[in-house]
Amino acid sequence: MSTTATADTSDARAGLSLALPALMLFIGVVVIPLAMTVMLSFHDWGQYKGIEPVFILKNWMEIIDDPYYLEMFWRTFRVAVLATLITAVFGVPEAYILNRMQGPWKGLFLLVIIGPLLISVVARTLGWALLFGGNNGLANKLLMTLGLVDSPVRFMFTETGMIIALAHAMMPFMVLAVWTALQRLDPQVENAALSLGAGSLTVVRRIVLPQIMPGVLSGAIIVFSLSASAFATPAIIGGRRLKVAATLAYDEFLNTLNWPLGAAVAVLLLIALVLIVVGSNALIERRYQEMFR
Amino acid sequence: MSFLELDRVGKSFGPNVAVEEFSLTVTKGEFISFLGPSGCGKTTTLQMIAGFLDPSHGAIRLEGKDLVATPPAKRGLGIVFQSYALFPHMTAAENVAFGLEMRNVARSEREERVRAALTLVGLAGYEDRHPRRMSGGQQQRVALARALVIRPSVLLLDEPLSNLDARLREGMQIELRQIQRNLGTTTILVTHDQIEAMSLSDRIVVMSKGRIEQIGTPQEVYEQPASAFVAQFLGKTNEFAAHVERAAGQARLLAGSWSAPAPAGVSGAVTLSVRPERISFGDTGLAGRITSRIFQGNHWLFQCDTECGPAIVIRQNDGQPQPEQGAAVHLNWQAADMSLRAARVAA
Repeated sequence: MSTTATADTSDARAGLSLALPALMLFIGVVVIPLAMTVMLSFHDWGQYKGIEPVFILKNWMEIIDDPYYLEMFWRTFRVAVLATLITAVFGVPEAYILNRMQGPWKGLFLLVIIGPLLISVVARTLGWALLFGGNNGLANKLLMTLGLVDSPVRFMFTETGMIIALAHAMMPFMVLAVWTALQRLDPQVENAALSLGAGSLTVVRRIVLPQIMPGVLSGAIIVFSLSASAFATPAIIGGRRLKVAATLAYDEFLNTLNWPLGAAVAVLLLIALVLIVVGSNALIERRYQEMFR
Repeated sequence: MSFLELDRVGKSFGPNVAVEEFSLTVTKGEFISFLGPSGCGKTTTLQMIAGFLDPSHGAIRLEGKDLVATPPAKRGLGIVFQSYALFPHMTAAENVAFGLEMRNVARSEREERVRAALTLVGLAGYEDRHPRRMSGGQQQRVALARALVIRPSVLLLDEPLSNLDARLREGMQIELRQIQRNLGTTTILVTHDQIEAMSLSDRIVVMSKGRIEQIGTPQEVYEQPASAFVAQFLGKTNEFAAHVERAAGQARLLAGSWSAPAPAGVSGAVTLSVRPERISFGDTGLAGRITSRIFQGNHWLFQCDTECGPAIVIRQNDGQPQPEQGAAVHLNWQAADMSLRAARVAA
């Protein structure tokens, strides 16, 4: 009895000591800074007195009371949702076509899709800024030559531009998520539907899409959370005035130097994202429980 | 009257020929098996009938109508896939109903036919189960019900039983045969399992390397194999080098110390093949020694070393004493039980 107990405790001790380095790192670089940020959001701040380590709800009240913050959070999620929708609308057919390609083309186009991930977000967004730039930007020239618009569309410093650039930056995540789901599909299933009299459109709508929906949704969660917390793209395309949660937190920290308010914004964004991601994940799992048994 | 007709159908993938000169006439209600080892072109042929592959040449006709020009969705064939290919996001009933929905069958009739089809395959009460929550055998039945519910002109089965365990497979074979008999659906089964092909089919098409080796009833292909391949593939067989000798005006066929009057028209060196269960142990005949003796319940399997090389012998376990391992024996068989081919000249 006693020997087994000793063996068990020594096993548990060995496990703990093996996990300790990683645990220390996690606590050191994630848990402590996060806890400090949460604490910081309750501190006071003044133009001349700086940060005062007291416990007050001033920053939180300000965020709740001032419609400026509501508008900005609302914009953050609007932009993220629209960018997610665009990646889904373009990414799902893209992945489907990619999956049906053969031989060298498949590899080549996969590289084209994943390629952007190899370039820094800043460089990519600056590329979009060049395309959007002013009334003589390439994007506007193209739209006007094609006769799609009469007068130049404003892309820079607008939500439209931000959404387009974000959707492009996030596209690989959606395509990869959907592609993984497509690869799990039994290729004979499409043939089975065909043999039962379904047209190819019906096959995609009734057979393929419902099966890859979990992949689309997990891609959407990734794209949404990355878009909502994105910094570089909104900062460059949106500029100083069109702020989202991440750029606001940045400005509060580095320009206004109101760290407590910036901390409150950051914590709120984190809480909102965690709730949305965990919530939708639970919904998806319940919805597709039957399929994944 | 020919119902389904394949006329010199061929399929090549680049330089690789998968199927060559495949001609077959199927009558209505017949159960046909395509039998052969993997890579013999049997599944390719089935896929061409189904419409998932276009033949490189040749014609496929169903009731005189050209099938190749018809897209798979309009062929009206029922197919059961090796992987079952059930729709995992639909319940059993929804799976079965899909083909009827595509045919715009009214809801009330649809529900009735789905229920009837599931009852037919013994799955009444499983309507609301999802495929992932069913056993392999149950999924197999759903796939069968899904193919049958559209009342297909031809039922195509692509190795449908190969993923089931041995006992389940035997049960399904009997059921499949019964269902097919009752409904009278013309059926084509692709299989590499000779027992399955023999126990289910009216006729077997034995294939090898993209070519038809023989078409015939199970008895025909087993008893009178048209080629060495067929003899080897269907059951076990022994092959002995033999030759015909003429002495005193009488031609005799000799294989070691076994001999018999030579059949007319046979001369020179020949290959003699005889099934192991047709060989008996006697006082005269091909001399040999038993190298191993294996008890398999209802029969004994003997491996022998004979004058003409290794041989296998199967004897019924009929209660009679059987020779021991290492015993010297003589192998004997009736002339009617063997088949002869001109010996292949060694290259």
